[in-house]
Amino acid sequence: MAKSAFLKSSLAKKYWMALTGLFLCLFLMGHLAGNLQLLVPNNALNFNKYALFMTTNPAVKILSYLTYISIIFHAIDGIMLTIQNKAARPVGYAKSNPSANSPWASRNMAVLGTIILVFIVTHMVQFWSRMHFDQNMPLQTIAINMQGMPQEFYVTTDGGYLPKMQVDQKMIIIKDRTDFYDAAANVKIKEGYKDLYKITVAFFQDAKYGLIYTLLYVVAMIVMGFHLLHGFSSAFQSLGLNHSKYTPAIKTLGKGFAILVSLLFAVIPVYIHFFLKA
Amino acid sequence: MSTAKNININLKIWRQKGPNAKGSMETYKLDNVSTASSFLEMLDQLNEQLINERKEPIAFDHDCREGICGMCSLYINGRAHGPDTGITTCQLHMRMFKDGDTIYVEPWRSKAFPVIKDLVVDRSAFDRIQQAGGFVSVNTSGNTIDANATPVPKADADKSFEAAACIGCGACVATCKNGSAMLFVGAKVSQYALLPQGKVEAAQRVLNMVRQMDEEGFGNCTNTGACEIECPKGISLENIARMNREYLKASLT
Repeated sequence: MAKSAFLKSSLAKKYWMALTGLFLCLFLMGHLAGNLQLLVPNNALNFNKYALFMTTNPAVKILSYLTYISIIFHAIDGIMLTIQNKAARPVGYAKSNPSANSPWASRNMAVLGTIILVFIVTHMVQFWSRMHFDQNMPLQTIAINMQGMPQEFYVTTDGGYLPKMQVDQKMIIIKDRTDFYDAAANVKIKEGYKDLYKITVAFFQDAKYGLIYTLLYVVAMIVMGFHLLHGFSSAFQSLGLNHSKYTPAIKTLGKGFAILVSLLFAVIPVYIHFFLKA
Repeated sequence: MSTAKNININLKIWRQKGPNAKGSMETYKLDNVSTASSFLEMLDQLNEQLINERKEPIAFDHDCREGICGMCSLYINGRAHGPDTGITTCQLHMRMFKDGDTIYVEPWRSKAFPVIKDLVVDRSAFDRIQQAGGFVSVNTSGNTIDANATPVPKADADKSFEAAACIGCGACVATCKNGSAMLFVGAKVSQYALLPQGKVEAAQRVLNMVRQMDEEGFGNCTNTGACEIECPKGISLENIARMNREYLKASLT
């Protein structure tokens, strides 16, 4: 009895919500640390190196699968909770005054969560899927002055450079999106970096939609901030961690986390759109 | 009371003939209500008026009228037990309202608390949760021992007593946006879990009570904290956290 009930009981749903939510908070910190590199001047190569590491390192891969599972589980759990909770009150009140006893964010987690889910999907289409699957993903290049003449080179993973001219003249061909092949011998000679930095900057500096993308991104971060405002400390309560000694500290930490993380995320596209020189 | 005065009020009250009847909000006008009277006395006054008009009086729950029994309920102006904290509806006074106010009076709304008539709901779901585990098994066949023979740390005894102050009125369910009963169940689980006498059956108790709570159709807690604010007895959210711990422990061992 105990084991089967543990999977579907009202309390089990709380535990899963809390555990996946807290794991996603850790993910946010990791993701934010990566994104903040976009604020460093002339950092395109380092950012792209980091992006390559994040998409190929086996340990990161395991973490990323855990993240996908957590997002899906967190969302399904949330949908189930919402359906059951609506059913628990078939007839509503004619007059209700919920702001008298509970914070706004705590009552609107489902709506906030749905907006975040929509954001995650569009965000993954814009960046994640391009990084993983786009056949026309640009590769990192660098302009070097050769006897006063600027020339473009591909940066390769071994720290070397390949003249872009050779690729343009089909002496070197690009296969499998990142691999440079000697056209004559048909052997792989070097590998390039996918230029995630370039498509990120281009996205937020888009002449037509850049401002809208930036504003939508900021709105999504505000929504996430409110979701975290309740979610962070709520997770500890769900796991049974409530004590007069440490609960006030958790609540303060949760508020700080919510505000700081969303603010820092939001600053990046604003900086790219309004201040970064292309 | 020298400060008492009389006010005229408008009331919007849920009327429903029976469990399966379709109900609706009805409007009433009541004059000369003393601000010194309690909310339930005001309803008595309204019922007298209705009886004089040969109309069906409004059914509402009440018993001790001193905040002890947990019988009175009512969702008043959008809040369980009305616009004040730490009180039951019988302890709510008409001085909380102004002349000319319109007051909404509705029954507890929960799938697990079906309306019997007007403002009266069936709260026997709470009884069944209690019966599922809200007890300690003691052999009483002539060899009972003094309760004080078992030492209890003062802090635990106090916390247990605070949890036991729950009168099972159902305000937590009524006010929760999810119709969750976790403050009630958390209090009942905690009051025993904190005492040595309750530890013996602690694991089975929490599993059975939570199972019964889920079967009754109460919603899931999302930690909005509304129950703690509206509870007339100030039952703390710590009790829900304790239930969460107890359930996790009981499920994994």
